[in-house]
Amino acid sequence: MSGKRIAFRNARLIDPASDLDVRGGLLVENGRIADIGPRLFNDTDPSDPEVVDCKGQVLAPGLIDMRVFTGEPGSEHRETLESASRAAAAGGVTTIVVMPNTDPIIDEPSLVDFIHRRATATARVHVVPMAALTQRLAGETMTEIGLLMEAGAVAFTDADRTVANTRVLRRALSYASAFGALVVGHAEDPDLSAGASMTEGEFAMRLGIPAAPTAAETIIVERDIRLVELTGARYHFGQISCRASLEAVADAKQRGLPITCGVSAHHLALNELDVGSYLTFMKVKPPLRSEADRAAMVEGVSNGTIDVIVSSHDPQAADTKRQPFAAAAFGAVGLETLLPVALAIHHDGRASLKHVLKALTETPARILGLPGGRLAKGAPADLALFDPDAPFVVDPAELHSRARNTPFEGRKFQGRVRMTFVGGECVFDRAKDKQP
Amino acid sequence: MSASAETAILKTSHLLGIEGLSIEEIVGLLDLADTYVALNRAAEKKSALLKGRTLINLFFEASTRTQSSFELAGKRLGADVLNMSVRTSSVTKGETLLDTAATLNAMRPDILVVRHYDSGAAELLARKLDCSVVNAGDGSHEHPTQALLDALTIRRRRGSFEGLIVAICGDVLHSRVARSNIHLLAKLGARVRLIAPKTLLPSDAERFGVEIFTDMRKGLAGVDIVMMLRLQLERMTGAFVPSTREYFRFYGLDREKLALAKPGALVMHPGPMNRGVEIDSTVADDIEVSLIQEQVEMGVAMRMAVLDALARGLARGGRNT
Repeated sequence: MSGKRIAFRNARLIDPASDLDVRGGLLVENGRIADIGPRLFNDTDPSDPEVVDCKGQVLAPGLIDMRVFTGEPGSEHRETLESASRAAAAGGVTTIVVMPNTDPIIDEPSLVDFIHRRATATARVHVVPMAALTQRLAGETMTEIGLLMEAGAVAFTDADRTVANTRVLRRALSYASAFGALVVGHAEDPDLSAGASMTEGEFAMRLGIPAAPTAAETIIVERDIRLVELTGARYHFGQISCRASLEAVADAKQRGLPITCGVSAHHLALNELDVGSYLTFMKVKPPLRSEADRAAMVEGVSNGTIDVIVSSHDPQAADTKRQPFAAAAFGAVGLETLLPVALAIHHDGRASLKHVLKALTETPARILGLPGGRLAKGAPADLALFDPDAPFVVDPAELHSRARNTPFEGRKFQGRVRMTFVGGECVFDRAKDKQP
Repeated sequence: MSASAETAILKTSHLLGIEGLSIEEIVGLLDLADTYVALNRAAEKKSALLKGRTLINLFFEASTRTQSSFELAGKRLGADVLNMSVRTSSVTKGETLLDTAATLNAMRPDILVVRHYDSGAAELLARKLDCSVVNAGDGSHEHPTQALLDALTIRRRRGSFEGLIVAICGDVLHSRVARSNIHLLAKLGARVRLIAPKTLLPSDAERFGVEIFTDMRKGLAGVDIVMMLRLQLERMTGAFVPSTREYFRFYGLDREKLALAKPGALVMHPGPMNRGVEIDSTVADDIEVSLIQEQVEMGVAMRMAVLDALARGLARGGRNT
């Protein structure tokens, strides 16, 4: 925590939590937001030694990314907590929620503690671990949910695996509900999607790539909704990707079930045609969908059925991507393109800037019970300063992640992060940024 | 003491569960048991009440304490006691049970004490046999003599059940002890709480007219009696709870959690205990708070009372008419 004061002046303050979108200033003291307001630092220059002139750009809560895969522990050549945190900082992300499917798998209280310690020692943004829902992610026996929560696990998930055994999931949800624990599910029927690399349809057929129908996702979404109804557990779909799933979630919410869901940035911006001539950087889990499903995802964010937008940042080494499509690894990096992809929804006139930011700040904080995600007196000074209109072209060489498997190479976006602050400390400043 | 001259305590010739008993029947049994506590503490413990009668202990599930308790109760009342431990055969359960019933009937017992892993087994035998049947535990259904001995233990310590708050903690889902105690304590005017992880609670547990807590710390507040249940080994490792250490951390009774109950709260356990799983040794062995040994003593007296009450219904020369 920084003991110093930082004065932000001439900012466009956007805080979805308090429905704020106004010109003004913000004061940081001791790592927390000490004051905020439209008239703060307006007329006279503040006397504080450190002043950030925001030049009318957006000062918002730092982003909270609920779905980040790193390689630490076990696959540090792909990504460490440190390298992921650099990518996060460059993307305006101040909290990354890391998945437990590492080596070893985070299914033990001491391993949750390990992530916390490593993050404190090496990472420049907040790192919040999710723990496994079942031991060894095997889908057979639940983990020590109570002890893992005490160790600091923020939610429970089998990462990119679906718990196939309905009875196991029912008991895990039931057990978790008594602890008020959040369960995060991956919806992809393991049998129906076995061996598939794309979404079933004309395009996959022409490419000759093994494919699975979107029903592989929706079947699990509908099943899990039934189990939530039975158990009362707090449940979040890590990401949904098709209209039928969206409709199922909308219906569940209508019925008052404690269900939320996310969508990945690549399912908002890309469709199956982007696979083009077998581009393995477009191979993600679940696979890219039809244009109609992609449009449904944008609509879901606009109408609020989709609660959060995530990067699903999944760094892969070049050797696992330089493969025939069906043999290549799943996954795409996304921490640094999360904000610009999300902002495209705003630029396309589908939602207000505030509404888009809500899915990246306040809502994930609320779902996870985190203190950040808002601009309020006393809140942690986790901040992103960005120009929402600045155009740029994605250049993989400029990425801070250890892996460069972005599906957005050469793509034009609007919206660039200028500075990122965590606990009042500047963790990214584009003006001073040197590429690693 | 002539059995037939006494007034009938039980309205039926069997003791299959607590749910069907009236308050009068329960109080009658408890009063009768009190007299046997005194007898058991005397040097000469033998009575001739059941002289000439045959008691068969038929146990389809391993049991040390219940079986020996019934055996001792029968012998102290002068009955001839036969212990039969039946190896379980999962292939033809129903048929085997009825075959066994026919065989037993031919031996002309007066009282059959039966424990079986299937709910409803005692009732099935009661329909098929000509003797009195005592349910010594059927599946996850009832274990009436355990609940009666628990009530006897509580009544001798606290005098009455009115206004008492009793927490039953642990594996309620599979527990016949819990079901019998819920019925009995409610009939006698106590308030019952169930404390367990949700995976070990029946999904409609509140239909028993009890309060439900999944947080043991909250559930123990203001409790007079803490009844711990045994967690079966096969249920500790993932299927219902993740591990024994997690179970002990959140649902094991230790000093710290017991301190949240009413001052002077007493602790019970039907045995056998899993130390370090559902109960900490410092609590289990503390004679100031633990009634666990007393429960065993009351068990023999209570079962003598049950056998006595059933014998009163037996016609001279046997039931078979």
